[in-house]
Amino acid sequence: MSELSLERGLDALRAEIDAPVAAFFSSCVHCGLCAQACLFYLETGDPQYTPIKKLEPLRRVWEAEFTLFGRLKGLIGLNKKVTDEMLAEWEPLLYDSCTMCGRCSMICPVGNDIQYMIRKTREGMVASGHAPEGLITAAARAVRTGSPMGLKWKTLQVQIEHVEASSGLKVPVDVAGADYLVLLSSMEIINFPEYLEAITKIFDHAGLTWTLSTDCYEATNAGIQIGNKDIAATLVQRIVDAAIKLKVKNVISPECGHAYTAVRWEGPNLIGKSYPFRVFHIIEVLDELRASGRIKTEGKEMDRLSMHDPCNLARKSGVIQQQRNLMDLVADNFVDLKEHGRYQWCCGAGGGVSSNERAAELKMTAFKRKKAQIEEVAPERMVTMCATCRTQLEEGLEEFNMDIPVVGLTELIAEHLVEK
Amino acid sequence: MSTPMEFLLWTKGPMFDWAIAIFALGMLARLVEIFWLGRKPDYAEARGSEWGPGFRTMISRSLADPGTFKRAGFDVLVGWIWHLGFLIVLFLFIPHIELIKSLLGLSWPGLPNPVIDAVTAVTLVGLVAALIHRLRDPVKQHLSTFEDYLVWVVTFLPVITGYIAYHRLVNPYPVALGLHILAVEILLIVLPFTKLTHMFTAFIARWYNGAIFGRKGVQS
Amino acid sequence: MATHKTLGESLREHGVTRRGFLKFCAATASMMALPPTMTSAIAAALEKARRPSVIWLSFQECTGCTESLTRSHSPTVENLILDVISLDYHHTLQAASGDAAEEARLQAMKENWGSYLVVVDGSLPGPGSNMGYSTIAGHSNLDILKETVEGAAAVVAVGTCAAFGGLPRAHPNPTGAVAVQDIITNKPIINVSGCPPIPTVITGVLAQYLTFGTLPEMDGYKRPLAFFGQSIHDRCYRRPFYDKGLFAETFDDEGARAGWCLYRLGCKGPSTYNACATMRWNAGTSWPVESGHPCLGCSEPDFWDAGSFYQALSVPMANPTNTMVAAGIAGAVIGGVGATMAKKQQQQAVAKRQPVTIEELEQKL
Repeated sequence: MSELSLERGLDALRAEIDAPVAAFFSSCVHCGLCAQACLFYLETGDPQYTPIKKLEPLRRVWEAEFTLFGRLKGLIGLNKKVTDEMLAEWEPLLYDSCTMCGRCSMICPVGNDIQYMIRKTREGMVASGHAPEGLITAAARAVRTGSPMGLKWKTLQVQIEHVEASSGLKVPVDVAGADYLVLLSSMEIINFPEYLEAITKIFDHAGLTWTLSTDCYEATNAGIQIGNKDIAATLVQRIVDAAIKLKVKNVISPECGHAYTAVRWEGPNLIGKSYPFRVFHIIEVLDELRASGRIKTEGKEMDRLSMHDPCNLARKSGVIQQQRNLMDLVADNFVDLKEHGRYQWCCGAGGGVSSNERAAELKMTAFKRKKAQIEEVAPERMVTMCATCRTQLEEGLEEFNMDIPVVGLTELIAEHLVEK
Repeated sequence: MSTPMEFLLWTKGPMFDWAIAIFALGMLARLVEIFWLGRKPDYAEARGSEWGPGFRTMISRSLADPGTFKRAGFDVLVGWIWHLGFLIVLFLFIPHIELIKSLLGLSWPGLPNPVIDAVTAVTLVGLVAALIHRLRDPVKQHLSTFEDYLVWVVTFLPVITGYIAYHRLVNPYPVALGLHILAVEILLIVLPFTKLTHMFTAFIARWYNGAIFGRKGVQS
Repeated sequence: MATHKTLGESLREHGVTRRGFLKFCAATASMMALPPTMTSAIAAALEKARRPSVIWLSFQECTGCTESLTRSHSPTVENLILDVISLDYHHTLQAASGDAAEEARLQAMKENWGSYLVVVDGSLPGPGSNMGYSTIAGHSNLDILKETVEGAAAVVAVGTCAAFGGLPRAHPNPTGAVAVQDIITNKPIINVSGCPPIPTVITGVLAQYLTFGTLPEMDGYKRPLAFFGQSIHDRCYRRPFYDKGLFAETFDDEGARAGWCLYRLGCKGPSTYNACATMRWNAGTSWPVESGHPCLGCSEPDFWDAGSFYQALSVPMANPTNTMVAAGIAGAVIGGVGATMAKKQQQQAVAKRQPVTIEELEQKL
């Protein structure tokens, strides 16, 4: 059987270098301001987490093979090589201390999109066999079973029945020609089952047609987390196949961060062509319904609420205002965290970190940035729209003995729907 | 090179040709090396456009966001001060404007010499402050290589030699002026092979950054 | 012809009053930045000075230096200086010609061996050049110079041509012109550069030598610091305008008429060391900058090749625009070739790519 190797890793890195990458590496002046944007550096004070330095393997390949001076230096053996040892050393930097939150990309004074390059560098890491155990096993489960947590349809089926009983509404399954194919995340199904009930109620209230698919219900993409386009493409293809089979016009990504990035932004490029359908995050759909008057709510939450923007949704996808519009519907006392929207701070668990047991302690340390934000605003509850963020917030707040419940925005909306 | 005047005329003559040639060759090579690589087509549905946000970020990225300014205010300020000072002295000192006019045919009003003198002094202090920060800040230390210090020296030298020449602190004047011109030539020669390329490529990088985010509907 | 009269005797012979003589000595003292108390020392020394023999050699020169010297602003005294140094050989000013003139030179050398002054104006074709470019009485400048300087006490190279090579040495230097100091290395040399030098600078240097019999304090180019120690820029009356950033941009604009700094019109004042800004020309009437023309830098070596007279000092000499374009094109080609090679490597990497499989990943667990 073939093996992952340094050579394959180097080839993967090579293939990832494009004009933006070349422009970025040409421009880095070693100012270190990217570290000021990284929650891992700020909460540990350890300069090894400086974002741009995490890209050193990619940078070395670029310099040695894509620049005149680098090639000249190579002729006299002056280039530092990328070795297996180096990649092993870099693995925790790229996976444990980076959620691909993209804040460094926002801050870099010369305009480097460091997050863009982290994603590319992970391609080299995987092809050379350097990736965290947790992500490998999650990817294996996702490819083999359709769910990174090994969740099977029959578990979901139980939940569907529970939702139908509780709400009195039908949960459509494999309905061809529906407007929306709804995807879920295993984390959500297991930890936050109220989501499924919430969307069932809201879609019924708003009168839109939707369906689940037995062929594919998982939105999350372990291939994106681990950073490998082959696995990522395999997983996205299932969504595409299901959507085409059911002839839906739109696909909805659930309250998840990276799933949206995977389906909405990376998916078409993984399969090499545009989709014959459109992709939305559930929050986008809800806001659209709100704007067109198809959601009628009553009553408001009266306690002091604040919100955590998932990085993949806000900073990396531009879905920022929509959740605030929705909050206005149902919250009387909403206050934003000081740095929110595109400058918001990562919860510390995204980008594969939460699947990486080795990173557990670091992840909790990184959470202190979020904790500080929350303390500054002192809400009674936190609202968010991503299952991973939600889990991290809950665990983190508990770890630091802060009694602040966390709720999902969709369920909050569902709770205030006017009964028909 | 046996006399001061010969030295000055060498820096203004053949050495200048060499420096410009190496700079132009190296910089064009770097630019082509970047652009020729291109980008793969993006099949995802765009939420926003690339060009407008790209150009916007080219400019707006010069301003630090309030959070970064709060956390690394000294660093941001020092960077602003010495860069601005350097650019003011380079482009608004009348003898420099004459030089640019002879090369490119463009000219514009300059600032009075005493103002440029004051700005130069501030720039020198800023550069020294930047070096001290690089030597003491743990993140910068983790990132810094020999190249960072070399670049600091070749950036500092033109400013200090210009200051010395303007104030005629070295005699005879042709030596002082020649040293300043030589320092600039060294900077030009080193430029395309170091991070100094950011003078040009940072704007390309910022455009790509703005474009990538802009396509997703985010203002970066 | 050298006589054995002292300078004092000679002056009295010419009807120069004691008062007139002392006025000259005071002026000389002040010109050389010596205190007024030196006047009597100068007077005493000059009084007793034997008229030294001066042999003036003219090589590849335009006679401008001689013209300058004879433009005296105190006619009586300058002419007297000429009478008072026994000018035993000078192409333009001597009465004799032909063999008689050469004879006079050799005679003066013999009679004053070891104590005569050699003044040179004009450059000379150097060793390795065609000596035919400049000869006198069938002898090359080079031979005459070496022969004449052998018994000299000192050599004064008057004018930029003699001091540095001047106009003949300008690119492409067809005659192979060199300066006096390039040939003579075993005698004291004073360079009095300028194209031409200011008349009183010439006479001041001679007066200094006559008075003290020693070389004046000189700069790195062997020019007397008394006259060449300050740059034009540092003594220019228009300096305040430079400092304020007020420049004339054409020869007849508002700035030119207001007397603003001429830097942008090509003034080489900052890199030129001479006394023009203080002593000025034509009995202190004016000097180039005051007349509205930028300083050419004529007292400096290679001033003819130092870039246009009408382009600022900061402008390079070559035309680098062409270099820039050519090198840029070369760079673009090199970059293109390199990038193409790199892209090919990329394509190969992609072509031979094997998709990563779960099984391969699990091997790494």
